[in-house]
Amino acid sequence: MSENSSNNGLIGWIDARFPLTKMYEEHLSKYYAPKNFNFWYFFGSLALLVLVIQIVTGIFLTMHYKPDGELAFASVEYIARDVDWGWLMRYLHSTGASAFFVVVYLHMFRGLMYGSYQKPRELIWLFGMFIFLALMAEAFMGYLLPWGQMSYWGAQVIISLFGAIPVVGDELTLWIRGDFVISDATLNRFFALHVIAVPLVLLMLVVMHIIALHEVGSNNPDGIEIKKNKDANGIPLDGIPFHPYYSVKDIVGVVGFLILFSAVVFFTPEMGGYFLEYANFIPANPFKTPEHIAPVWYFTPFYAILRAVPDKLMGVIAMFAAIAVLFVLPWIDRGKVRSIRYRASSFKWLLVMLVVSFIGLGYLGAVPATETRTFFARLFSVGYFAFFVGIWWISKNENTKPVPERVQ
Amino acid sequence: MKKGLIIVVAALLPVLGWAAGGAPTYPDDDIDINWDDKASMQRGARTFVNYCMGCHAVGYSRYDRVGRDLGISDEQLLENLIFTTNKQGEQTKVGELMTINMNAEYAEQAFGIAPPDLSLIARSRGVDWLYNYLRGFYIDETRPFGLNNGVFPNVGMPHALVELQGLQAPKKVVKTNSEGKEEEVIVGYEIVKPGSQSKSEYDQTVYDLVAFLDYVSEPYRQTRHKVGTGVIIFLFFFLILTYFLKKEYWKDIH
Repeated sequence: MSENSSNNGLIGWIDARFPLTKMYEEHLSKYYAPKNFNFWYFFGSLALLVLVIQIVTGIFLTMHYKPDGELAFASVEYIARDVDWGWLMRYLHSTGASAFFVVVYLHMFRGLMYGSYQKPRELIWLFGMFIFLALMAEAFMGYLLPWGQMSYWGAQVIISLFGAIPVVGDELTLWIRGDFVISDATLNRFFALHVIAVPLVLLMLVVMHIIALHEVGSNNPDGIEIKKNKDANGIPLDGIPFHPYYSVKDIVGVVGFLILFSAVVFFTPEMGGYFLEYANFIPANPFKTPEHIAPVWYFTPFYAILRAVPDKLMGVIAMFAAIAVLFVLPWIDRGKVRSIRYRASSFKWLLVMLVVSFIGLGYLGAVPATETRTFFARLFSVGYFAFFVGIWWISKNENTKPVPERVQ
Repeated sequence: MKKGLIIVVAALLPVLGWAAGGAPTYPDDDIDINWDDKASMQRGARTFVNYCMGCHAVGYSRYDRVGRDLGISDEQLLENLIFTTNKQGEQTKVGELMTINMNAEYAEQAFGIAPPDLSLIARSRGVDWLYNYLRGFYIDETRPFGLNNGVFPNVGMPHALVELQGLQAPKKVVKTNSEGKEEEVIVGYEIVKPGSQSKSEYDQTVYDLVAFLDYVSEPYRQTRHKVGTGVIIFLFFFLILTYFLKKEYWKDIH
């Protein structure tokens, strides 16, 4: 392992006891990534960056936040007004939550475009999907903590969905809330889950996501397996060491991202009511339902699917199916070609349909339902699911373009 | 493909419909708050402690913070802005929160609803809404206090600034609404009993008050902008640096 690199000094001492150099080489200096990564490949490292931002700012918020139905709302204002740089920690964390979903949705879209979920990367995709699921749980429970009107009523609506499950539904919602309504008990347990339980799971999943990735190697915009063409030393001809090439490249992405991120944090932290909803500046009031309850933007596509179905139970099933179907995507897609560059044009149009449906649902889930809007929500819901049916259907005998031997 | 996407989205946008919206409200003016106009916010603070703070706290805010941010000394605060007392009956200290002594149960009996804390009202309602609401009280004998509001119909709050504005009567016309029904709509007001201020003076008083409420809803906003400007300027320089660093490393990769 490390005998030839550094066998004496402090590093040598450590290497004899812990695989430091070995890990450094495996994951950074001798991890060969395809040389043709494009813009879309920034979002993996950016997701990691946002995770770190959330953990660090979260720790500082925890030092002053009070998970108590009587004190929570005021403690958030206390953090913003009386704690030094507390406003910054608060806005970094609230903007970070939305940024996490922006980055993760784009990261997932990259996977769809370039077939990164296809064999042999099914497990990477699965771990990623579990990360997405954990992230949704993390965001949902975190949103209750400021204890504003939207925190309260949003949680009320989402938790009551479990009540649609036959037989055990009511018992289940009672068990989740720990009370007959959202209350101090709910706030306390959501705090515990938000600051320790889910983050632990999330971190573990991220590690597994990366280990699985480094085991099989990264996909690329051409969807070519770079390990098929190696030089005499067994190094992929189209591969370059992650460090320094992609570390320096990702820093450019990080700084570019931070400029946009800072623009929101410092100049429009509410983001027009999408990142911080205006009604959430009113303390939670169990006796006063807001006129219009909408989940935060990153949940609205799924919420729109839920509302599009007339029957509550079927709506809940459709909503969960919309997430579940993503898990089995590697087995739905029977295609042999990965990248959109060489797939049939039908694939491109299916992907356009998915994106339009998803954005359309996202908008519709954020606004009050009307007859026209419900019609479109149904149309887009069908569009969303039709993507997966379509992929299964067209990938059987897909009219693909020839894939080059080496990356372009 | 991208072009196709843009066309599809563009075609759908109008169909989704932004229109909708509730009943018309009057007045319906837009204002911009000048965050550098400390004098305006000072006047607003004075109006707030004199006319609003009998019932409404800004309980997340501290007197001395307001003093520091708006350029009011501790002595001036004690003399002109602090009219509340602590439990011992002594004047509230400058470092304390701007809470009030009114009992919530009493308030609920008197007004039907406890007057809300206004620390964040400018963030939940918006400054335009506040500016219009405080200028929208009109005579309506069917209401308990004899007044209704064109922006917040059947509001429980009495017109706290009535001695400044005076009483105004609504000018109503009958219009057909979006559902095809005829309804009375307020299109203007007429002062029937003048207050101590003219219309333009009163508008300014309300503007100042809203400016104060806007300030107090996020007292660190100007710090946020100042720090943010520095951060983004730094990041732009850093971006150039990292871009050339990347280019240097990637010279030999094709």
